[in-house]
Amino acid sequence: MKRIGIDVGGTNTDAVLIDGDAVVASTKTFTTVDVTSGVKTALAEIVKQAGSGINGVNAVMIGTTHYTNAVVERRNLGRAAAIRVSLPASASLVPFCDWPAELAEKVNGGAYLVHGGHEYDGRALVPMNEQEVAQAARAIRKDGVDSIAVSATFSPLTTECEDRAADIIKNEHPDAHVTLSSSLGRIGLLERENVALMNASLIELASEITEAFAEAVQASGLDATLYITQNDGTVARAEMAREFPVFSFASGPTNSMRGAALLTGIEHAMVCDVGGTTADVGCLINGFPREANNVVEVGGVRTLFRMPDLLSIAIGGGTIISSDASVVGPKSVGFRLGEEALVFGGSTLTATDIAVAAGLLDVGDKSRIKDLRKQVIDQALATIHERLSEAVDRMKTDASEVPLLAVGGGAMLIPDSMPGISDVVNVEHQAVANAVGAAIAQISGETDRIYRDMDRNDVIALAKQAAIDNAVKSGAAIETIQVIEVEDFPLSYLPGNAIRARVRVVGEAVSV
Amino acid sequence: MAGLALRTPNQTHRVLSSDDMEALAIGAWILGTGGGGDPYHKLLNMRRLYEQGHSVTLIDPMSLASDACVAVVSNMGAPIVGQERLSDPEFSTRPVKIMERYLGRKFDAVMALEIGGGNGLQPMLISALTGIPVVDADTMGRAYPEAQMTSVAVAELKCYPFAMSDIRDNEIIIPRAESWHWMERISRKACTEIGSVAATCKAPRTGEEVKKHGILYTTSKAIRLGETVLQARRDHADPIEAVLDAAHGKQLFRGKIVDVERRATEGFLRGKAIIEGLGEDTGSTMEVHFQNEFAVGYKNGVPVVMTPDLICLLDSVSGEGVGTDIIRFGQRVTVLALPAPEVFLSPKGLEAVGPKAFGFDIEFKSVFDGATS
Repeated sequence: MKRIGIDVGGTNTDAVLIDGDAVVASTKTFTTVDVTSGVKTALAEIVKQAGSGINGVNAVMIGTTHYTNAVVERRNLGRAAAIRVSLPASASLVPFCDWPAELAEKVNGGAYLVHGGHEYDGRALVPMNEQEVAQAARAIRKDGVDSIAVSATFSPLTTECEDRAADIIKNEHPDAHVTLSSSLGRIGLLERENVALMNASLIELASEITEAFAEAVQASGLDATLYITQNDGTVARAEMAREFPVFSFASGPTNSMRGAALLTGIEHAMVCDVGGTTADVGCLINGFPREANNVVEVGGVRTLFRMPDLLSIAIGGGTIISSDASVVGPKSVGFRLGEEALVFGGSTLTATDIAVAAGLLDVGDKSRIKDLRKQVIDQALATIHERLSEAVDRMKTDASEVPLLAVGGGAMLIPDSMPGISDVVNVEHQAVANAVGAAIAQISGETDRIYRDMDRNDVIALAKQAAIDNAVKSGAAIETIQVIEVEDFPLSYLPGNAIRARVRVVGEAVSV
Repeated sequence: MAGLALRTPNQTHRVLSSDDMEALAIGAWILGTGGGGDPYHKLLNMRRLYEQGHSVTLIDPMSLASDACVAVVSNMGAPIVGQERLSDPEFSTRPVKIMERYLGRKFDAVMALEIGGGNGLQPMLISALTGIPVVDADTMGRAYPEAQMTSVAVAELKCYPFAMSDIRDNEIIIPRAESWHWMERISRKACTEIGSVAATCKAPRTGEEVKKHGILYTTSKAIRLGETVLQARRDHADPIEAVLDAAHGKQLFRGKIVDVERRATEGFLRGKAIIEGLGEDTGSTMEVHFQNEFAVGYKNGVPVVMTPDLICLLDSVSGEGVGTDIIRFGQRVTVLALPAPEVFLSPKGLEAVGPKAFGFDIEFKSVFDGATS
């Protein structure tokens, strides 16, 4: 099995060629403003390094932090309108009501509540007022908003209202992109609506980014399928992924953690991934990131969907440091590290300069930092070490000592020892662990359907089998498949003891 | 009762701040023992109401006039429905208005049927909208799924009249019922019919009845519990330890959810969660059964904790309560027990809310060996 994994971070674009478990070629370049050229450069370098080894590569798997960064930094977000089918219920808590004000102001392209929705048993709450949906769609079109999130009460049970609303919207506002909340989230109207609205605000960006990636792969001359990595360590075909950018939230740290497990052969550990802008700390269990319990906030917005449990702090290679080292971050020069860091000819003191001055890293022009005082270097490093140690400690859930896997381009900033940590593990290719993780991303299989007149255990067994069959069809090796999600709802309104069951499984790609 | 210590002498009225609402939401969720609904949506409404200039006054129950007329309010239904039909203060207030019309008089104060879960904030919504003060008391000291599972039912106070409203234009008044059980059966059927969630105003209570049979100072207790968790988080201390300390609780089990079974039947959410032990509980399994709230916990097949002891599932990291409607595969939780209100430990109390009342054929044994709060 040969695959190329690429991770496009805020600062660096990393790429690797993996053959089985071995890293055959690897490269680290700066992320570029236009995205494409950075990916092109990385791919070209991999092709050059691999020589004839490039033959047989049939998949390029790209992980990107673009969508998370867009929400966190409030950049490149489109306006999105909300149509919620819920009246006469839920009137006081309108869409966007629990968003940070400045983010809502940017994204909110209008919030419309209409009559309709479902009861817990699938019956209609009240008949959907189709006129109101049409009016909302017309108003949204008039406002020039082209992305709409539709949510309806109990839509995870039955998508009837959301589907019908989407038809009406298509009719009234043909250019609009519609995100249905039922395609993204779970029970929990407000959080599901939030995820749908975020997805809607990212649709335009997702379309641009996916096209840029496709163009870069094509330009490389490889005959390979483009996959985008998701936040559960699996991949989706590019054409699917562009519809659901929110599923890429936090896929970068997920890839880093999965890559760290492969590179070190350690499956239970803390992981600290120091990138250019942030350090992400997570916990590996059986080679997978620990999942976040419950609601996860993204850029201050409550969401309820599958996400890794992470703590991000503003420490990275690009972190800006004041000349006396009294202030470390939170600002970073980001992808301009290659121009702005002192060692790269710039005029900003960054964590990378400190690392070079301390002899932890050998890049750029050392003569440019020869005047840095030792006291400044020591103090900056001490602050960085203290913040990283504290973050790792906060994410640890038990008292016993565990190893810490150090990964990312800024891994040299991680101290050699920490309280509660048995061993800080540094390995070859640690700087590109995220790209390794992207390359080994797994194939998933899912099923979501209604079963009747059957015992719950039989239903779940059948649903598991159906999900496994789907994963095998998509190219997963059957002996590696693990069940990662099982959810079932009783549908008492249907005759014959109906149960809706949803199962998701993942497995390794079959080696060709 | 621990809540007494919080009272400032001679202070019978206290205007609650929006910070009090934040703490109340956390404390009420813990005391909800998995039910009563996540208070988050009600908290959002309260934030909005405070922003608009509304506020809530909390009054000492002992300051009530004997003939004061107190509304006892709650939302009833399956908590899962509340996640999809969002709380709305207008809707919460409607049955209070229906009851006032029926009684032909205004209420002097409003109090929670149950302090646990979102219902702990129900009187706050109504108070903020109407200006009626909130009594620092409830009738459960926690959350329970049925109407007869209250201190006032155990005391055999009158169970009627009862008012309920639907989100649609349906009003229901039950002028009389033979017993709390009949009131429960009839109102539950109506509630199920209108979508398994309804705003209700229970049988009104006099000031005298509240003082004698209410469970007192539970609102301030919940606020204090919430403040404790918030403080532990600020100090990076273990919030679970803080809860155990503040509420005199006992930790029973720590682990990871490996299966959740739920059935929405008869207007309730019934089922069980299976927890696989982690850390010192590795190798053991705990099965926690629920009917809206957690009712009985079995460790390796043996019942070790049961109602009326409060069975709380808390997020092992944040100390936040975990509801029966939102438990998920893979969640890491700590199971702890908090002492039950004394009234429920009497033979009559146990008959109403002991394990047998929930269909478990086991004799009640407290993890606190008869100690009370």
